[in-house]
Amino acid sequence: MIWMTWRQFRPAAIAASATLVVLAAAVAATRPTLLSLYTSAGLPACHTACASDASNFLGSVRSSYTGKIFWAGIGIMYLVPAVIGLFWGAPLIAREIDSGTFRLAWSQSVTRARWATVKLTMIGGATMLTAGLMSLLIGWWSSPLYQAANQAGPNTFQISRLSPTMFSTTGIVPLGYAAFAFTLGAAAGVLLRRTLPAMAVTLAVFAAIQVLVPMLVRPHVIPPVQTTHAVSAVQIGPAMIGAHGLYSLGLLGISGHPGALILGNRLVGEAGQTLTRLPSACDFGPPDSAFSSCLARHGIRIVVSYQPASRYWELQSAETGMYLLLAAGLGGLCYCAIRRRQRAA
Amino acid sequence: MSIPAVATRGLGKRYGRHWALSDCTLSIPAGLVVGLVGPNGAGKSTFIGLMTGMLGPTTGSIEVLGGPAPNSPEQLARIGYVAQGTPIYGGLSVADHLRFGARTNPGWDAALAARRIQDLGLDLGQKAGKLSGGQQAQLALTLGLAKRPELLILDEPIASLDPLARHEFLQSLMAAIAERELGIIMSSHLIGDLEHVCDYLVVLAGSRVVLDGPVAELLACHHLVTGRRRDGTSLPPGVQVITQSHTDRQSTFLVYSTVPVIDATLAAEPVDLEQLVLAYMGGAARTTPALEVQR
Repeated sequence: MIWMTWRQFRPAAIAASATLVVLAAAVAATRPTLLSLYTSAGLPACHTACASDASNFLGSVRSSYTGKIFWAGIGIMYLVPAVIGLFWGAPLIAREIDSGTFRLAWSQSVTRARWATVKLTMIGGATMLTAGLMSLLIGWWSSPLYQAANQAGPNTFQISRLSPTMFSTTGIVPLGYAAFAFTLGAAAGVLLRRTLPAMAVTLAVFAAIQVLVPMLVRPHVIPPVQTTHAVSAVQIGPAMIGAHGLYSLGLLGISGHPGALILGNRLVGEAGQTLTRLPSACDFGPPDSAFSSCLARHGIRIVVSYQPASRYWELQSAETGMYLLLAAGLGGLCYCAIRRRQRAA
Repeated sequence: MSIPAVATRGLGKRYGRHWALSDCTLSIPAGLVVGLVGPNGAGKSTFIGLMTGMLGPTTGSIEVLGGPAPNSPEQLARIGYVAQGTPIYGGLSVADHLRFGARTNPGWDAALAARRIQDLGLDLGQKAGKLSGGQQAQLALTLGLAKRPELLILDEPIASLDPLARHEFLQSLMAAIAERELGIIMSSHLIGDLEHVCDYLVVLAGSRVVLDGPVAELLACHHLVTGRRRDGTSLPPGVQVITQSHTDRQSTFLVYSTVPVIDATLAAEPVDLEQLVLAYMGGAARTTPALEVQR
């Protein structure tokens, strides 16, 4: 069964290997340009107070074609799990049902339970290996950028490993995403028994998950840190003002906490009471120091809840674990559904 | 008495509210070529699905070669199955299929497989999807035979083939049986396909078994009786009418009788298998109790 699974997977394995080779070549070819920008910004020699050098570096990357390559890398890391789910997961079993070959497979001297187990674990393993290698390559390419972003604090490039866009394209989370997309496709194939509908459902569900998890789940997997700061210690962006007054300020960053993922904030008065409107003296204009110092004069402080950058690996492990659990559940669903065809149609 | 190829008791399979097979109790002897005949939708594929373990029963029980419907490697190795439409992996080569068989079946007969492929003139490197329908069916049959099963079950193996390919398929199946002890259960909606190859017949109609027995016995016990127009009740005692048709002057009966029909006013002649099967598929009651008495 192992040989047959490999034989069926061979064209896909060749395609994946070719993609990895092309990607590795592209990474090797373009990284020197990125490094030369890094060097010319003076970062290799900088050991303390490197924020401005780092900002310069990020600015120069942003204005050159390497910035586009960075975004392309993020795009690829979003596509990889989806493509794997669509083209490896959904057809894995649905195509055998579509073409009737499952009957040929199930009439050899191998139980269908073993057939399903070998298919799911082997191709599932290949899925994680592919996603892992891609994450490694692209992560290696982007490492100077993330490092500089950590030194620079809030930057116009908005690079941060914790940002909702970038978190799921770096580290080990892509493995979890890929394993989840693969088993999602396989399970959709087993339940719908048709390749095309299974692909459609996989794409819809996976896209929804990719949007919902960063918004609703990730910030709360580990309870965020909540601290009170002087207004001068935060970089203020635009404010959110609704019908009932002030909601929150759009914070760009907290001094001394570079790379933190800011989840929310509220203004408090001297007695610690939450403010819903700004003092009339402090007109919210363009976010500048005059506005900040006006707030400070009125004794206003700001309570910020955030995930510190130091929690990156903790958050990565939690999210990867969550996806691997989901993947295991979906794999188990496939296994049971295939075994149960013994009893029901 | 040896262990039957297939033995069922009250076997039934329901999809939603529709019974695809119901109240099926029979015992098919081992080592024979068994034809499973019935119109489309009569329950043939469901019955075969239950025999091969592709489906599980809603009611009743089924035993294949004295064991459960295949669910373990050991039982799977004893039972070969060539599914409807003779599925093969279109993207894999003929050689890949043989290797698949060899890797997944402990009793794989590589010499037999190689010889069959050679006799068929198939190119080992050819993609199976590029083979003709007849060649694909032969490849599927090769996989079924080379695993060396004790019982080979085929679901409408020749339904989609042209007449020449049908002939060749049946010929190579019969050649394989001649070589070794092997029971065959083969379904078809056309009795003509099976007429010359079957030892035993099971007729399904409307999701029920309407007739089953050894072909020779079925032919010996059924007669086509013609005479002056009359009522079915006026036939000699011990004769059971299966179907009847009347013209103004003449009546024709297909009857079941374990003894020869001797009546001066009637002309009796033997039936052929096609007439017999059509008569039973036309809605006649099942007559196996009488047949069992005679056996």
